[in-house]
Amino acid sequence: MTATTSELPQAPFAKGGANEIDQAIAQKLLAEALSAGGDYADLYFEYRSSSDFSLEDQKIKNVGQGVSMGLGVRVTKGDATGYAYCEVLSMERMLKAAKTAGQIASGGGSKQAISIEEIRPVLRYQVDNSSLRLPPEHKLALLRRADVAARAASSRVVKVEASFVEQLRETLVISSTGRMVRDRQPMMRFGVHVVVEDGAKRQSGSSGGGGRKGLEYFDAESTSPEAHGREAVRVAEAMLDAREAPAGAMEVVLGAGDSGILLHEAVGHGLEADFNRKGTSNYSGQIGNMVASELCTVVDDGTVEDSRGAINVDDEGNLGRNNTLIEKGKLVGYMHDELSAKHFGVEPSGNGRRQSFHCMPLPRMTNTSLLGGEHDPKEILESVKYGVYALKFSGGQVNISNGDFVFSLTEGYLIEDGKLTAPLKGVNLIGNGPEVLRKVVMLGSDFQRSDGIWTCGKDGQSVPVGVGTPTIKISEITVGGTKA
Amino acid sequence: MSDLVKELCEVATRVAELCKKKGADDAEVLVRDGSELTAKVRLGKPELLQEAGSRAVGLRLFADLRSAVTYTSDLRPEALERWVEDAVALAKISEPDELNTLPDGGFATEMPDLDLYDPACEALQASDGLRVAIAAEEAAMAADPRITNSQGASWSRVLGGSAFANTAGFVGGVRGSYVSFSVEPVCDEPDGKKRNGSWWTGSRFLSALDSPEAVGLEAARRTVRQLGSKKIDTGDRQIIFDAEVARSLVSMVFGVANGSSFYRKSTYLLDREGSEVASKLVTIKDDPHMLRGPGSKPFDGDGLPTRQNVIIREGVLDTVLCDTYTARKLGRASTGSAGRGVGGSPGPTSSNLYLVAGTEDAEQIIASSEGALYVTSMMGFGFNSVTGDFSRGAAGFLIEDGKLGRPVSEVTISSNLDTMLKGIDRVGNDLVFRSSVSSPTLRIANMTVAGN
Repeated sequence: MTATTSELPQAPFAKGGANEIDQAIAQKLLAEALSAGGDYADLYFEYRSSSDFSLEDQKIKNVGQGVSMGLGVRVTKGDATGYAYCEVLSMERMLKAAKTAGQIASGGGSKQAISIEEIRPVLRYQVDNSSLRLPPEHKLALLRRADVAARAASSRVVKVEASFVEQLRETLVISSTGRMVRDRQPMMRFGVHVVVEDGAKRQSGSSGGGGRKGLEYFDAESTSPEAHGREAVRVAEAMLDAREAPAGAMEVVLGAGDSGILLHEAVGHGLEADFNRKGTSNYSGQIGNMVASELCTVVDDGTVEDSRGAINVDDEGNLGRNNTLIEKGKLVGYMHDELSAKHFGVEPSGNGRRQSFHCMPLPRMTNTSLLGGEHDPKEILESVKYGVYALKFSGGQVNISNGDFVFSLTEGYLIEDGKLTAPLKGVNLIGNGPEVLRKVVMLGSDFQRSDGIWTCGKDGQSVPVGVGTPTIKISEITVGGTKA
Repeated sequence: MSDLVKELCEVATRVAELCKKKGADDAEVLVRDGSELTAKVRLGKPELLQEAGSRAVGLRLFADLRSAVTYTSDLRPEALERWVEDAVALAKISEPDELNTLPDGGFATEMPDLDLYDPACEALQASDGLRVAIAAEEAAMAADPRITNSQGASWSRVLGGSAFANTAGFVGGVRGSYVSFSVEPVCDEPDGKKRNGSWWTGSRFLSALDSPEAVGLEAARRTVRQLGSKKIDTGDRQIIFDAEVARSLVSMVFGVANGSSFYRKSTYLLDREGSEVASKLVTIKDDPHMLRGPGSKPFDGDGLPTRQNVIIREGVLDTVLCDTYTARKLGRASTGSAGRGVGGSPGPTSSNLYLVAGTEDAEQIIASSEGALYVTSMMGFGFNSVTGDFSRGAAGFLIEDGKLGRPVSEVTISSNLDTMLKGIDRVGNDLVFRSSVSSPTLRIANMTVAGN
């Protein structure tokens, strides 16, 4: 593909920009933020430029574009946080935001000057690859290729929708502890959704992927637009003849990759340290205890190159890291933001993330994985007499306090005597985090990361995340079918 | 018209004219201005105070039947000019769609005053929010010694204004207020598991809110009653949805009965208009003209007048909610249901969506449903709109001796929405319009519960 490239959008607060933020300005703003007596303050500048393209009924339906920019100022005093933001980067507005956030404290602040040092993070993704540099025609062509492939895949296809969304998010974090870090985070996501019809039966299927990558993502055969188009049709057709799923507790085998959604819900959220700081998670006070079967080692890794969950630096200016959460079944660490790290007296783990400058950071996951085991995936399936094989999911949810979690299956099969015998209607699986992880009895050697499709929601904030698992066998989990 | 709305209307009109000047055939512009004040407390101490205002403008413009949708928060005149030029250029790469034009007239001319703004909300300060949140949490913590911890109490006030203008000469603006607060206490099981429950109140008018004490007490009641929750055996049962949870069923009905799901063939209700899709006890309405309603609006996202629509009338699928585009796709007229955000294209939305109340007290329904599962919370996304298949996590109580008996958690309830709506055999009289989707207590004759 020959590409005419253009300049990427550049934040006005960047070096040489119209509203360049230098150390002197940052010092002035931080001083204002702390003037009422706050213990800590940070400034979060964000510039987000995005485009989206969608195709429907063989036509480009929507082309869209947007820019949002602002400064979020946070001040903490003990466990209390003051937060304010502004969308215009004039000194007057920025000072006002700093003052508003600072009002969480009362009394008087110290006049000590803050010395600021710029930190340069290791780069886990290359902004030069961003598809935003390429003219829109390149992206429209991807949508058309997926559409053609999906229609060609089956005569039962009655609807094809495809979408491409790209974004470049430029951030600058400056804290009263003297950290100053810049990052430019590219992101793209491609998706295909189809509806197939056979007489009176109708079913939908989808496929998608992406990450902090450029259009080279589509060069691989397995992630080409055609592959996604065909995959969406395959899922829809497979589920067209789905039969009622069984109801009740039984053995379940989870396929490699997307099943990480189980992990994300079952343990991930419960190990975010804000809940543990407050003692409201069922993993509170459990460090050092066995919380999973010995087979389970769980990590949260912000350093996976080009992945959807990767971060060079988190939204508090701490570098992305690979953190082990559970080691051979034993709970060894939580995911921290600045506030919880201070509370527990540990190093920040690089998990302080936020949706945008409108929101304060929270401990959030990046790429959460259950590491692979020793079993041949085939052997795992063959070991099941009667159960469910779960392959694709639409999402999940957890109640942090009691640990109950669900995840919603969109492609699953009945296992009888070690063989897949029938596709099953979409169902929810429900379990209790710590209990289910103790019931992990086999792990495949086929560890795989999900393609970049997942978004995690917490307290009304969405952030992109990744998951990964091998094939997993759980000795018992409740399957929410209709066949009692 | 308030000064704010007048100002927003001027901005919207000016940007619409600018689009024409820069080469667009037509344009629609939405300007939104909002200010939020949030106070969170936990265990009696302030945890978060957040205060900010924001303004953004979004547009959709048309040129040679092509269109583009863009938004920005940079409202400086020179930036707006560049932004509009970019949008005109962007439209050139889309494909012509003869349905993608402004509505063919019929724009709203009368703007009923729906009483959506309470001036008393303006004067509220962070300290007022903190005081209410602290009182609500305190009431919850004091209500029962078994309450040992708290996720905190949260209070928020939102003041907003918006204006919409198009190049056909329509311009309209509204402003609104909304205040709410919630409490989430936590208690402990002997085995270390925790149970959380929550309760909330919200209204456009300050005087209509429940007291902090009432909200705290209800949150406490909803939390401690879950102690000892366990799975129950797998099997088929009657299911009662409490009024709070039943709202999500009503939302699902909107999801499968709107123009977008119809033309995209992503609803099991396709070809079912005019036929029975629910039991005779079910009537679902969408009423944008409810005074002080959380979802009320005088005109829709296309600039057309809004109106009351009956989606399901005594069990029969009556009106599928459409905006202009989806209506054209389906060869029919808009129902005045366009919704639009700053950053996107219009699409069908509901306003104040509700299932019409029945005559029975919830207690009567409970008393006559021995062995039923009374559901007070649901989890997960297990709904396939194309097939209607429904499967979600649930928690609640078993009805024993005509009352809420032992608490139940970690089960799923499954069926198909089509079967569920037809199976609604009792409808409560406890309908409250606290948010934009409302329902009374509902009973469904049979669903599969998966547990042990």
